[in-house]
Amino acid sequence: MSSKLVHAVYDDDDTLLHAVKDVKKADYQIEEVFTPFPVHGLDHAMGLAGTRIAVTAFMYGILGFVVAITMINYIMIQDWPQNIGGKPSFSFLENLPAFVPVIFEMTVFFAAHLMVITFYLRSRLWPFKKAENPMPETTDDKFLMQVALDGDEKKLTALLKKTGAIAISIHENDQA
Amino acid sequence: MYTFAQRLKIIAYVLMGLGAIGLAIGFISAPSTVAEAQAMVADAHGGHESDHESDHGSDHGSDHGDDHAAMIHSTHDTHDSHAATTGHDSHADDHGDAHGEHLLHQLQNKPWAALYVAIFFFFMIPLGTLLFYAIQRAAQAGWSILLFRVMEAITAYLFPASVIIFVFLVLTGAHANHLFVWMDAETVAHDEIIQGKVGYLNVPFFLLRAVIYLTGWNLYRYFSRKFSLAQDNANAGDVSNYKKNFRISAVFLVFFFVTESMMSWDWIMSLDPHWFSTLFGWYVLSSMLVTAVTVIAMVTIYLKSKGYLPNVNHSHLHDLAKFMFGLSVFWTYLWFSQFMLIWYSNIPEEVTYFLTRIEDYNLPFFGMVALNFIFPLLILMSSDYKRSNWIIVMAGVAIVFGHYIDIFNMIMPATVGDQWFIGWSEIGGFLFFAGLFIFVVFRAMTKAPLEPSGDPFVGESERFVY
Repeated sequence: MSSKLVHAVYDDDDTLLHAVKDVKKADYQIEEVFTPFPVHGLDHAMGLAGTRIAVTAFMYGILGFVVAITMINYIMIQDWPQNIGGKPSFSFLENLPAFVPVIFEMTVFFAAHLMVITFYLRSRLWPFKKAENPMPETTDDKFLMQVALDGDEKKLTALLKKTGAIAISIHENDQA
Repeated sequence: MYTFAQRLKIIAYVLMGLGAIGLAIGFISAPSTVAEAQAMVADAHGGHESDHESDHGSDHGSDHGDDHAAMIHSTHDTHDSHAATTGHDSHADDHGDAHGEHLLHQLQNKPWAALYVAIFFFFMIPLGTLLFYAIQRAAQAGWSILLFRVMEAITAYLFPASVIIFVFLVLTGAHANHLFVWMDAETVAHDEIIQGKVGYLNVPFFLLRAVIYLTGWNLYRYFSRKFSLAQDNANAGDVSNYKKNFRISAVFLVFFFVTESMMSWDWIMSLDPHWFSTLFGWYVLSSMLVTAVTVIAMVTIYLKSKGYLPNVNHSHLHDLAKFMFGLSVFWTYLWFSQFMLIWYSNIPEEVTYFLTRIEDYNLPFFGMVALNFIFPLLILMSSDYKRSNWIIVMAGVAIVFGHYIDIFNMIMPATVGDQWFIGWSEIGGFLFFAGLFIFVVFRAMTKAPLEPSGDPFVGESERFVY
């Protein structure tokens, strides 16, 4: 990581998207882009790897499925069989239709909640975390692109100007 | 413009020819006397019925000693409504013959019921497509416009299918077969439950309703196609035909959802006149919608493989595959909702419906859940797989076959009881109407340009990226 970062500010998502493509084409390293809303196609333009959250969701769903079956089998068959509407109370399979809604709900519950938690942790967001956002306006109506500065400062700022940046500034990289 | 490929035309003719032969054999080999019927069942025992017998005979065989008698007897028990049909024959007072009579009726019904399953299955594909098309029109959807001509070609089969199914219902009403027990005056005379429903379940009103549904659906199909073609030839900036299509689609949807429910009660649910399920209309609807979307996807993939539809991209197919996935889950939801409530409440008049299916139709009843739910669920879950043509086709074949079995399970238990098997008339019926369907659909495809160039939003569909 380089010790200095160039911050280029944009005021339009389309301009930003084109700027990202131009900067990538000129072989600069884009560290991060801050936007007030999801910009369609931005991850693709930045060359980010595809998300693997779907794979984790599938695994969490399976986990919920297994937990639900184990749980309902213990509660309704092993531990405390009850006579409900004359249904056979000592067989899991023969009672399966009654358990399907429970199994379904638990599968969805596990997949959804664990997926959200995974997403937060992977994005390094947790309670009382101090915001990393370098410019609060990016939560309102501005877009910010962080580019690593390697070598010629003038050439990079000229390129960023050309892509339509409304403000350009240079910062020390705290994380380097 | 599409030209009907010679090879495909030959395939369609061959399917129709083979299907007609199969149906003919099915009808000719149906027994005409009780003795023949009993001989057929006795023969069948050595062959394909052996596994059937083992799980079935063990339950009842001990009481009767003779497995053969047990089979006939169990049919009689599970179909008390149907067994009453034997009453209209002169042999009815002879109790020994009553079982044989009943067996004869089931075996005589079999080719008719197989024909009805095939007619209805291939009728519901254009009908489901028409619904999907009307939803796209009423929602003014942008993505699907490039697929409109494919859908219009599929719905071209609606008219011939309507004529065929109506002729079939008229023949049934004229007692050419005994599929609907409530049409039999002798049965109704001994059945208080059906007597209470005679105001609705009588042949003239039944046929009148069929005329109303079929006319309404075909009128919408005729005008929407007309306006769609007129929009192509309209002057630039003139969107009056597009707007007309929007309006009639909205009206059609209201008409359709009411009439589709009633159609499913009339044509399928009334086969078991004692039984009722309030979500049956939706259940049939979900089956027809998922089959229709699957067929749209498969026809689109076929056309693309032949170099047509150059502007249809992976995103269009991805969306169709998402519908296949989602509607398969929707079908399962309705199938299970219907099953679970009836299983839980365990009310005799309702639960017999599923008892018959689980005891006599175990493999098709649970097999279709694998085909219609588990297989599409697992294979179409991944986003990349939804963009792969051969995976869509593979899932599509399972879904089409699975929903044929679904219709089979709706119609067969009430008409042939445990005397079902996949034989000449079942395969023949499927092949014949598959051939006719291919012939009509691809002939309609040649009648208009494959791209609706006059649609005001066609550009949105061309640029469509998921």
